[in-house]
Amino acid sequence: MSKEPVAVVGVGQTKHVAARRDVSIAGLVREAAQRALDDAELTWADIDAVVIGKAPDFFEGVMMPELYLADALGAVGKPMLRVHTAGSVGGSTALVAANLVAARVHGTVLTLAFEKQSESNAMWGLSLPIPFQQPLLAGAGGFFAPHVRAYMRRTGAPDTVGSLVAYKDRRNALKNPYAHLHEHDITLEKVQASPMLWDPIRYSETCPSSDGACAMVLTDRAGAARAPRPPAWMLGGAMRSEPTLFAGKDAVSPQAGKDCAADVYRQAGIADPRRDIDAVEMYVPFSWYEPMWLENLGFADEGEGWKLTESGVTELGGDLPVNMSGGVLSTNPIGASGMIRFAEAALQVRGQAGEHQVEGARRVLGHAYGGGSQFFSMWLVGSEPPQS
Amino acid sequence: MRDIALVAFAQTDHRRTSDDLSEVEMLMPVLHDVLDQTGLKTADIGFTCSGSSDYLAGRAFSFTLALDGVGAWPPISESHVEMDGAWALYEAWTKLLTGDADTALVYSYGKSSPGSVRDVLTRQLDPYYVAPLWPDSVALAALQAQALIDAGDTDEPALAAVAARSRADAVANSHAQLRGSVPQGDYLVRPLRTGDCPPIGDGAAAVILAAGERARELCRRPAWIRGIDHRIEAHGLGVRDLTDSPSTRLAAEKAGAFERPVDTAELHAPFTSQEVVLRKALRLGDEVRVNPSGGALAANPIMAAGLIRIGEAAAGIHRGESDRALAHATSGPCLQQNLVAVLEGDPR
Repeated sequence: MSKEPVAVVGVGQTKHVAARRDVSIAGLVREAAQRALDDAELTWADIDAVVIGKAPDFFEGVMMPELYLADALGAVGKPMLRVHTAGSVGGSTALVAANLVAARVHGTVLTLAFEKQSESNAMWGLSLPIPFQQPLLAGAGGFFAPHVRAYMRRTGAPDTVGSLVAYKDRRNALKNPYAHLHEHDITLEKVQASPMLWDPIRYSETCPSSDGACAMVLTDRAGAARAPRPPAWMLGGAMRSEPTLFAGKDAVSPQAGKDCAADVYRQAGIADPRRDIDAVEMYVPFSWYEPMWLENLGFADEGEGWKLTESGVTELGGDLPVNMSGGVLSTNPIGASGMIRFAEAALQVRGQAGEHQVEGARRVLGHAYGGGSQFFSMWLVGSEPPQS
Repeated sequence: MRDIALVAFAQTDHRRTSDDLSEVEMLMPVLHDVLDQTGLKTADIGFTCSGSSDYLAGRAFSFTLALDGVGAWPPISESHVEMDGAWALYEAWTKLLTGDADTALVYSYGKSSPGSVRDVLTRQLDPYYVAPLWPDSVALAALQAQALIDAGDTDEPALAAVAARSRADAVANSHAQLRGSVPQGDYLVRPLRTGDCPPIGDGAAAVILAAGERARELCRRPAWIRGIDHRIEAHGLGVRDLTDSPSTRLAAEKAGAFERPVDTAELHAPFTSQEVVLRKALRLGDEVRVNPSGGALAANPIMAAGLIRIGEAAAGIHRGESDRALAHATSGPCLQQNLVAVLEGDPR
């Protein structure tokens, strides 16, 4: 039994900003969805089902908001699924939608992820006090900083590597009209002089809080044949989860991330990711996660990831560009952040990435993670359809 | 299309409160139960999918705690929907259809007891125009019930009969929260009396799905999913005909429910009046056994009650009491979103 090949034929996102006070939540998601439809030259009537994802409902203060968004997303009379897998949700949502096509349940599916963080306060939304349970402490930065320190101690990476990542991603964002932060006067010195938030993570090495939505139109082989622009083909996709805390957990390089990547590479026939993959759009909410994920995803040997960053390999003009869009460090509507990574990978292999296009990108990995480094979702997309 | 079946089902004894248990502690026995029924271990499961709500739990990422209970080590292929477990089952079904997995564990849970669930559910409504008015779930269901009475589709004695039948049938269901002779009581929100409304309670459920021959190895009489589909309606109550459920009818059509009669239907109708709507939409005659479990009027653990309907329908097939059953799950105010599954046993 073979799966139906899945193609991305439409990508749309909003201009990500700190607060979209001009639109409702419905207005925000519809804007991204309409742009994805326009890109695919399809109408709402062409969509068979809608798969929507976002991070915790507390971020907007709306319980199961997909119920209220059914009208805005043209889902009335159609199936609508709502995915929630923590920070990886944008990626997971795309994979759930892709499965509907791969299983031949539907021909064309709209998938969308969003967060309108200005409606609330994400840091405290994550830190609601629960009796008898360990508090997360002032948001995600406080949770992840010790893992970064562990990575630095383990690998002996110089203190400056984090700032190099931030400086690169913020400059990449200048080439992406949809990115939230456009810091035209950024310098490496400014990054290194920014205030320390959670040692060793400085203010300029952490992600912003954004309002934004991202949508994709996924379709089958027949749909791809009708597409007005080159499709991106899904060559592999996987999710993996592991517990939050347990004896023996490697918080620096979680097994679930390694397993997830290995599954994707197996599906796509990737023997050597460093050689066979042209670019990576990965979930880096704090700068140091770039070298950490380079190792976790098999692009560098253990302890060697920071050397790729330091030597410029991951720059836009480098040998393995990472976070061409500017990444999560430049744009972070949390629930949408995973899907933006997946969508950027698709834009790259379609040749639609504009100023941040990697020349000749044929296979690009999209990566997302969430929770306590425990939920992973990834896909590899290519400019050519899968072989099998 | 690949044949996929429910091969095991388990649920908690549903209770008004479970102060003594965390969500994970409530869920664990149910997970062990379905694994024991099939002899599978966590590591044997190809895909895991769950449904729950952060708003009921009162904390972000509440499902991560449940995952710890599942024992996700070595890492597992896993996903979660912020929906009733019936939709988690739907996601798992599509995963099995792709051939990526041969077995799936699906679970869901909800504790309504820690808060005021009528107030909590108002947070589901349009956040700009409706939620600020805090119309609660009983009040909205009462609007629907009154519309049905005004249309001549039912009356208060008929609603009372639905309530009485459900609680009488629940006597045979040891998991039910409300069973036997339950007084109709006073009006909670006219025309709905307390007897027309579901009990508020805590509970969890789990099922195991398996594909093809694997299902036959794991279960003597698998409950084959012949069709499953779900549809959503507009959110604004003012643009809907509350006396009808076109989304249920369409989902049933797509699931093949009308191709041949069913002998049993498990309907997720938390309010007596909603059974009237669903019977009409699904064209169920008096010859069909409706909610032999007692339905949501006997136990309504939010986020699990829909999955329990599918589980109960499957369990009837497992036991040989049913050959073709319909199961229904709902979400949102006044039956906004509906899922229909058609299950069959092998010929006896």
